[in-house]
Amino acid sequence: MKILRWLLTRLAGGLFVLWAVATLVFIGIRLVPGDPVEAIVGGPGSQAGPEAFALARAEYGLDEPLIVQYGLMLANLVRGDLGTSYSLKVPVAEAVSEQLPGTLALALLAWGLAWLLALSVALFTALATGPRLSRVADAAGSGLEIFAAAVPHFWLGSVLVLVFATSLGWLPPVATDSPAGLVLPVATLALPLAGFLGQVMRESLATALASPFALAARARGESETGVVLRHGLRHAALPGISLSGWALGSLISGAVVVEALFARGGLGRTLLSAVTLRDIPLVTGVVLVSALTYVVVMAAADVVERLVDPRLGTTTATRAAQPDLAAGGGRP
Amino acid sequence: MSAPRTSSTGSRAGGRTRAAASSAASNLPAVAAAAVVLFLAAAVAAPGWLAPADPLGIEPAAAFSAPGPGHLLGTDESGRDIYTRIVHGARSSLTIGVAATGVGLGLALLLGVPAGLTAGRRGRRVHPRWVDASISRVLEVLFALPGLLLALVFIAFAGPGVTTTVVAVGLSTAPGYARIIRTQVLRLRDAEMVQAARVLGRSRTRILLGHLLPNALGPVAVLATLGVGQAVVWASALSFLGLGAPPPAPEWGAMLSAGRTYLSVAWWMTVFPGLAIVAVAASATVLGRWMQRRAEGVSA
Repeated sequence: MKILRWLLTRLAGGLFVLWAVATLVFIGIRLVPGDPVEAIVGGPGSQAGPEAFALARAEYGLDEPLIVQYGLMLANLVRGDLGTSYSLKVPVAEAVSEQLPGTLALALLAWGLAWLLALSVALFTALATGPRLSRVADAAGSGLEIFAAAVPHFWLGSVLVLVFATSLGWLPPVATDSPAGLVLPVATLALPLAGFLGQVMRESLATALASPFALAARARGESETGVVLRHGLRHAALPGISLSGWALGSLISGAVVVEALFARGGLGRTLLSAVTLRDIPLVTGVVLVSALTYVVVMAAADVVERLVDPRLGTTTATRAAQPDLAAGGGRP
Repeated sequence: MSAPRTSSTGSRAGGRTRAAASSAASNLPAVAAAAVVLFLAAAVAAPGWLAPADPLGIEPAAAFSAPGPGHLLGTDESGRDIYTRIVHGARSSLTIGVAATGVGLGLALLLGVPAGLTAGRRGRRVHPRWVDASISRVLEVLFALPGLLLALVFIAFAGPGVTTTVVAVGLSTAPGYARIIRTQVLRLRDAEMVQAARVLGRSRTRILLGHLLPNALGPVAVLATLGVGQAVVWASALSFLGLGAPPPAPEWGAMLSAGRTYLSVAWWMTVFPGLAIVAVAASATVLGRWMQRRAEGVSA
């Protein structure tokens, strides 16, 4: 019963967010100066005559009263109809579902790689023993993380291309369908996220290893490796899980840049061209899909967090959607 | 806490221990970051003093010069000096970053303070709970558009440009700040000093402006330091995508975007402006964490 209630609450919350985003975009576009029809007939400075404007206005239902337009939009939304793209002249749902898998694959691979790297660094620095070695490992780890978290995707991608494609010739400079063509885009997307996750994971792991339960485990004669793996690992993973929403933001923003940089098709590139061309239905579509992904990811993170940390119980506590140090390097 | 492990955890980044705050080694990054900030401050205040040449002055004969004695960091496709352009670009890039953080904090105050004052218990009429409830809902929705998504939506409405970039980046950072300000205000609202001020008969406004806000904004100052680095990165990302500062301007993101075309011919056009951005973001992180550790040391 508790689970059902949790599920319903989540569902209602998710629907509310989607409705609010759709409404926000609907209001936003009518608040700014400029005629949305302009984007349909070919952008600002278009040579289209008044008849073309009137025709486009009728075709996209923009001649109806606002409240009717709003009702139509919501009704269509419920049916999964996101409208027709101004620039592509195809249904938005079609354009989005065509581009979604590529971006999803890219983001998932990058997310996995980021976790792998962050956990490796956290575990490595935790297991480096000896006063000198641990200090060096600490300094190196923290330096790498700060650098990685500060590196903008667009620059990192360019430098990776410069080194691995232009100079060494190991990998293609643009994204291809082969696995080799995925290496650079995925690495570009993963490294900044790994730097950030590494910072919070290492901190959480250090706190856990200095806490009484770790001392108790050591007193029971458990090896240091055992303490780290059996008692510390969960604590290292926790902040990473609770920052999933933030990580998703980093992946989405990163995908826009990475797909442009590596000439790879996908949702990010679709969004960029839609923003540039002011193709509002397409922007709305991509944003709604992203918001939906966010809602799903947050719900999943909630479940996983409870599985990893039984202390949280079954209460639906509100959790961090972003690190408390919102920017790029702090304790959540 | 005599386990051998504790001593080594003490020096870990963000560790709360006194050892971390006082050890000279842990201050080294802060010193380096401070040096970067000083250099940038000089570049913003008097770019001509650090780089006397004209950032827009073209010299076709010297196009694509590699880094060397004549041009420290090389030249671009029109023979413009990269070092000069980076120094002169500091003003626009950093101004955009600082302004965006200001916009974000301003919006966050407007949302966070009323929410914090009205959050939670108490059915008093002066503390209507619906204010917090609706603001929290708004924040929830904004959080569902994470990262640059909100900024991109805003640009789709308002069209590209520098002003749009500032507002867009500010808007993207506002929800995060707002939530922290709300928590801070909520935490301080019933603090002893506020109760004392109330007992002494201070007016509501005076308590808010004189007691609540200054104390709530302390941690926010740390965040803003970290935030400026992030804002510079985001703003230059937008420039890079062709949505921010237009090309001829010596703005770091725009320089990178221009350098992309010549990546295989002139790597310096891409690498050096990017390093400037990384230096800003990394220094902001290091300084922000240093401030945070000091603030914690004082309060502990």
